[in-house]
Amino acid sequence: MMQEGLDDGPDFLSEEDRGPRAVNVDLQTDATLQVDISDALSERDKVKFTVHTKSTLPNFKQNEFSVVRQHEEFIWLHDSFVENEEYAGYIIPPAPPRPDFDASREKLQKLGEGEGSMTKEEFTKMKQELEAEYLAIFKKTVAMHEVFLCRVAAHPVLRKDLNFHVFLEYNQDLSVRGKNKKERLEDFFKNVVKSADGVLVAGVKDVDDFFEHEKTFLLEYHNRVKEASAKSDRKIRSHKNAADDINRIASTLYTLGTQDSTDLCKFFLKVSELFEKTRKIEARVAADEDLKLADLLKYYLRESQAAKDLLYRRGRALVDYENANKALDKARAKNKDVLQAETTQQVCCQKFEKISESAKQELIDFKTRRVAAFRKNLVELAELELKHAKGNLQLLQSCLGVLKGDT
Amino acid sequence: MRSTGSYAHQRCVACAQNISNQKLVQGILDSIPSPEAACLSAEDISPSSNGPRDDDPDDLFAEATEEVSLDSPERQPILSDGPSPAITPVTPVMISPRVDVFDRSPDQDEDEEENRDTFDIQISVSDPEKVGDGMNAYMVYKVTTKTSLSIFSRDEVCVKRRFSDFLGLYSKLASKYMHMGYIVPPAPEKSIVGMTKVKVGKEDLSSVEFVEKRRSALERYLLRTVKHPALLKDPDVLQFLESSELPRAVSTQALSGAGILRMVNKAADAVNKMTIKMNESDAWFEEKQQQFENLDVQLRKLHASVESLVCHRKELSVNTASFAKSAAMLGNSEDHTALSRALSQLAEVEEKIDQLHQDQSYADFYLISELLGDYVRLITAVKGVFDQRMKAWAKWQDAQVMLQRKREAEAKLQYANKPDKLQQATDEIREWEGKVQQGERDFEQISKNIRREVGRFEKDRVKDFRVVIIKYLESLVHTQQQLIKYWEAFLPEAKAIA
Repeated sequence: MMQEGLDDGPDFLSEEDRGPRAVNVDLQTDATLQVDISDALSERDKVKFTVHTKSTLPNFKQNEFSVVRQHEEFIWLHDSFVENEEYAGYIIPPAPPRPDFDASREKLQKLGEGEGSMTKEEFTKMKQELEAEYLAIFKKTVAMHEVFLCRVAAHPVLRKDLNFHVFLEYNQDLSVRGKNKKERLEDFFKNVVKSADGVLVAGVKDVDDFFEHEKTFLLEYHNRVKEASAKSDRKIRSHKNAADDINRIASTLYTLGTQDSTDLCKFFLKVSELFEKTRKIEARVAADEDLKLADLLKYYLRESQAAKDLLYRRGRALVDYENANKALDKARAKNKDVLQAETTQQVCCQKFEKISESAKQELIDFKTRRVAAFRKNLVELAELELKHAKGNLQLLQSCLGVLKGDT
Repeated sequence: MRSTGSYAHQRCVACAQNISNQKLVQGILDSIPSPEAACLSAEDISPSSNGPRDDDPDDLFAEATEEVSLDSPERQPILSDGPSPAITPVTPVMISPRVDVFDRSPDQDEDEEENRDTFDIQISVSDPEKVGDGMNAYMVYKVTTKTSLSIFSRDEVCVKRRFSDFLGLYSKLASKYMHMGYIVPPAPEKSIVGMTKVKVGKEDLSSVEFVEKRRSALERYLLRTVKHPALLKDPDVLQFLESSELPRAVSTQALSGAGILRMVNKAADAVNKMTIKMNESDAWFEEKQQQFENLDVQLRKLHASVESLVCHRKELSVNTASFAKSAAMLGNSEDHTALSRALSQLAEVEEKIDQLHQDQSYADFYLISELLGDYVRLITAVKGVFDQRMKAWAKWQDAQVMLQRKREAEAKLQYANKPDKLQQATDEIREWEGKVQQGERDFEQISKNIRREVGRFEKDRVKDFRVVIIKYLESLVHTQQQLIKYWEAFLPEAKAIA
């Protein structure tokens, strides 16, 4: 059971990771409502986030306060937005993924079991590696939960949501239990119906060019992001594997250096030292790529899905509106229940127009945010890659200088 | 029977792909003289051998030692007692139009100068050609020797050899020299899987790589062999390098280098188990054996890690290429123009990086992995030589025991008063006294040889590793420099997103 404060242990991730952690989203911080996760605790099967709020809004009792929340409570908040008809015309900020330490925990366990088969130095080294990995995953999950809250706080309408305020302020357990089997099954069916429906709705050609274009764009974009996200994950994993190999090579070279009876002993020791250092850099390259590229793609996978959901809701409203129109015509023709049909039609019309209006703005904002986030991350990625390559180069060249000089 | 003269060129495996691979690898290999010997795998019998398979390796081995009488002239080690010629492993630069991707060492010229007077021989193995069809097919390699040494009849010779010829050479050298304590470089290992693919005519990347790997291993094998002062002058070696026709090595042909080593070691083990624990009067031998034991363990471990690295880097290259494609697709579907362009450029950068990773994995393999493999096998040969010494000691001891028995028998006979048997006993005593003397001489000779051989071996090892590791680090430097170039080109593109 590992208990870790947020800033314990070695700083595995780059410095850019600290401070406003809205890595993937470009947000303007607004003095009237600032939310962040100031602390987090990892316990065996859950993570406890300390949500810290600073606000000048009158609805809060204090200007600054903190509560402790768990992942399920974030999900509850997200779902409450999704189910709220009033918010049908907005891109609902995607829910943060569940904290998943299973893989890391398994590796640590395997390491413990294999302790007998390796030297003490190797064991300590690998343990440090895995602990750093655990810490990295931990930091990431904190960042993702924080981004969700920041997005909500930045949204002109969602920030006023009552549930959100309760989430931020109510300092007791929200008693939000996770969904039980029945409810999860219901969700599953809902999704099936929704995707079938989505296909139908998507098929309806939109009169509005803007939305037609957005629909085509988002469909393709979402799939491409999914693909790129999966591929970048695989690439980064290979990179990590290669770095692990270099780690083992460095250890063996060290042993060779201590054992060798010839001049090679100094040589081996020097090279072992070099590989130790370059290996750390390689690991950081993989970590930075993960942060700046892989996470970015994962985030926009979720956001583009949220945008697709918005389009679906609008499409649904359009279909309802058109059906209401048809019903009204029929009623008028039969001269039966006309008033009722008229009311229904008006409601549908209003709903559709409301959604359309806000959806347009949302989608434009989405593009702006996306472009800004990609720009920021690609620039940072390139800068970090350069920094690491230069660091590597310098280490290699100085080592080569020493080794060649010795001959 | 092998046909003379021209070989039927059914298929030339030297397709463009192969040549470019070869060029790349040649560039990497230009300073590596070390031949590859095989890993001690189980597969040492190849279906390509036409000669009868020898089913009783032990007999063959026994036969071989019996044949070797130290007095026979052709077995006389051509050996000077002085210091061996300064043979640097910084090799014979191949005079070949090969693209030298990784060659960056300026001191190569200096070394060449240094060697010109003392050791001037360049050997290259090239132009693999497939001869024949189906399961009877085999690869033929061109062996080119350029030298100014007088023992060779010409300045430059080209011959064609097949893989079993190399094995035949090794088995001859091993049987001649190993029992004298010479470290004979092992030949590369046969590979049923690899060769079958080539025979069957699969011209995919893996069989092309296999042929290249083998070609390079054979070259290193020959270079290591001629680096040994005694082996260089051996008539079998000369014949191998010079004569246009080589009699097919018959019974030994079916055995691989590893097979022979295994036999040698097995016999030695039998000796050890059999009798006496050797009273090591010389601490040097004990110490050295322990060192080689440790070295063996560590090198194998290192080899395994490097092989894993090669594998993962290849994977990385493939995954990077795959990511590059997906990034390009993403860029295509992105409707913001500047971002779309930046994403396409990212895709291009990643594509170049994937090539970089692939090149690096070749370097990982051909520089480090193959060197380590070579040395794992060489150390087995070294251990074999130490075992030979033990065998010599045991033989000497046995002779002493025998002599003692004969003396006792003679003493008994003197009392029994049987004059004819007594004469025989006296003769036998004389015979065994001779054997004891010979045994002692042999043992001292082999000990002396081993000391010298190990000294030479260690010197070579130091040089080999130094050269190769430096070359490898240079390849890493090159990779980083390229990375910097690519990312520096990309950065302004990313910043231009507006």
